[in-house]
Amino acid sequence: MSATDYRNLAISAGLVGLVALMPFYASGYVMTLAVTVAMFTVLATSWALFSGPTHYISLATAAFYGLGAYITGLGIDHLPYWTLPLIAGVAGAIVAALVGVATLRLSGVYFVIFTLGLAELIRQLVTFAQVQAGRQGFYVLTSISETMIYWQLVALAAVVWLVGWLIWRSRLGFALRIIGNDETVARHSGINTAQAKVLLFMVPGAAAAIVGAIMAPRYVYIEPSMAFGPILSFQVVIMALLGGTRRLWGPIAGVIPFTLLWEVISGNMPNQTYLLLGVAFLLIVYVLPGGFVGLYEKALHRWREGRAA
Amino acid sequence: MKRRTALKLTTLAAALSVAGLGAAQAQDVIRIGAAAPKTGGLAGGAEVTHWPAIRLWVEQTNAAGGLQLDSGPATIELIEYDDQTNPQQTIQAVTRLATQDQVDLILSPYGTGLNLAAAPIFDRLGYPQLSVTNITDQMPQLSQQFPNMFFTLGTTSAFAEDTVRLLAEMRDAGQVGNRVAMVNVADAFGIELATVARGVLAEEGFELVYDSSYPLGTQDLSTVVDGARNSNPDAFIAWSYPPDSFAITEQAMIQDFDVPFYYTAVGTPFPAYWGRFGEAANNILGPGGVNADDPRFQEFAAAHQELMGQGPDYWASATTYASMEILGQAIEDIGSVDRDAIAQHLRENTYDTVLGPISFNENNNNEAFWTVGQWQDGVFRGVASRGREGAVEVRLKEGWD
Repeated sequence: MSATDYRNLAISAGLVGLVALMPFYASGYVMTLAVTVAMFTVLATSWALFSGPTHYISLATAAFYGLGAYITGLGIDHLPYWTLPLIAGVAGAIVAALVGVATLRLSGVYFVIFTLGLAELIRQLVTFAQVQAGRQGFYVLTSISETMIYWQLVALAAVVWLVGWLIWRSRLGFALRIIGNDETVARHSGINTAQAKVLLFMVPGAAAAIVGAIMAPRYVYIEPSMAFGPILSFQVVIMALLGGTRRLWGPIAGVIPFTLLWEVISGNMPNQTYLLLGVAFLLIVYVLPGGFVGLYEKALHRWREGRAA
Repeated sequence: MKRRTALKLTTLAAALSVAGLGAAQAQDVIRIGAAAPKTGGLAGGAEVTHWPAIRLWVEQTNAAGGLQLDSGPATIELIEYDDQTNPQQTIQAVTRLATQDQVDLILSPYGTGLNLAAAPIFDRLGYPQLSVTNITDQMPQLSQQFPNMFFTLGTTSAFAEDTVRLLAEMRDAGQVGNRVAMVNVADAFGIELATVARGVLAEEGFELVYDSSYPLGTQDLSTVVDGARNSNPDAFIAWSYPPDSFAITEQAMIQDFDVPFYYTAVGTPFPAYWGRFGEAANNILGPGGVNADDPRFQEFAAAHQELMGQGPDYWASATTYASMEILGQAIEDIGSVDRDAIAQHLRENTYDTVLGPISFNENNNNEAFWTVGQWQDGVFRGVASRGREGAVEVRLKEGWD
């Protein structure tokens, strides 16, 4: 590792520490927003780890998230709470691996459609199981506070960043960048493309399942229509693309403004949320096609050129 | 002429200053926040049941000069947010109401899931949560976890039990046979109601000749109705949601599915149900019901129609309105908007509402509510209840004409 790496790691660790201290100085309102930001940070960052380099758009976030929420719903009365996010992570990774093996040989639009269908598939399986068992949703009554949920999410975000950073530096990360540029070239260079993609797809799968397991106590009541709401998958994609996927910090640069924008719109124009969101999104797409990362890189490029000249 | 104009102006000015003085004295405004669906899956139901009843009460209370506090009269300011039928947004909107808008009271959201998702926030922020459209059997556990959460609309099992008991009474009176066909939507409380009903049906010695479920959002329910009809039942019960309650009945008409006991669930008490089927809906049973002969209800229904431009539904509309009456009476009794005092007041008092008296038991639960209603000549009347007066005689369904 170079000196720059150590410096970046130290800066990141310091920032995570600062963010983790937030419950001590922020108001209740800010904390509620912070939980949302932390949740989408984990989801969008882990999403970008896979979809960024490979250019495979995954709409499976809601499927893994719902899976995790249900693991907490099922297990909360029988197992200690701290085991549930771990179980959810393993389950999410396994499901992601199965899905990956089945679909990552497909590419482009086939993969998108399959991942979108996956949430619905798992939701129908859960519903079927509930019909057989003759019960409705699950009650998750715990003493877990918003602050504890927040800390778990921040810790998870730190883990996801670390994993992303390590992958980026590894042979796997290099292989993935080649796959993203040209899959045929990658295959001819002797890269096992299917294996690499499946391995990487397990990261967002596990992360989203853990987020679902952590968030379940916040909702008290877990039912399929909430746990597997497809809007979540789209929100994650929009936020990650707004921030940009070429850098590790890209997604969070999209998550924060998007969450604030959504909050401002919901708070001030409660009857026109979707209309204004649509307009805002159009503007983002036309003005910021590469996300904030693209903007930053362009500015950096210009600045360096200016200095060279 | 000129003098007259001057006189007029002086009078006007005097009147204005008096009005201005009056406004200055009526210093207080009670800010009430509400977060419920205006978009998303539950928006349709909320626009029939939830929002109009709340707005009606606010409008009427303000027209009558507001609520009487110790410090004088106070008008109501209602702050509305759309939670997009998304629990995440419900939590955010409730927090925003408490911390940014700093409202005096927050109304409970719409729908069981959203009511429960909001419960920890209400509890933490110290707001009493008087919930309406929240049907569960978990009241003891919930009221223990959230001491200031109250329930008004009834329990899941009561709805299923009373429907089957009503059927049993009709059978014992020799009005219907012993064969029952039952279907349910495979989501949320459809499953739970079917499970409870299955147990009570067996207990009462009924023969369940058809028992099937269909996924949420199924558009074509002809096979479901066809299956039920081919099992040749004497009674038909569907634990359905608003779109399917309409679709099932439409199919039943097309297939001339003729049973003396015909029940569809959520959506049946909507005025739109009678609007869609008219006379054909006569003697159809459903959840809820009201005492339509009660002048209090008639007055409420007329005001709802006049001020909101639509009639109330015959189930939770009046209960939602009653929850507002309860809050209003508690505030006036206490003389200020002291949230802890309101919660305590709810536990200890009986309220005079559009539904009759309402009080809360040791689990914060209102034990008097309507369970089964029936469309009788354009009015959905209560035919079975827990502790409510004015139930009418149930009728047999005779064909679709």
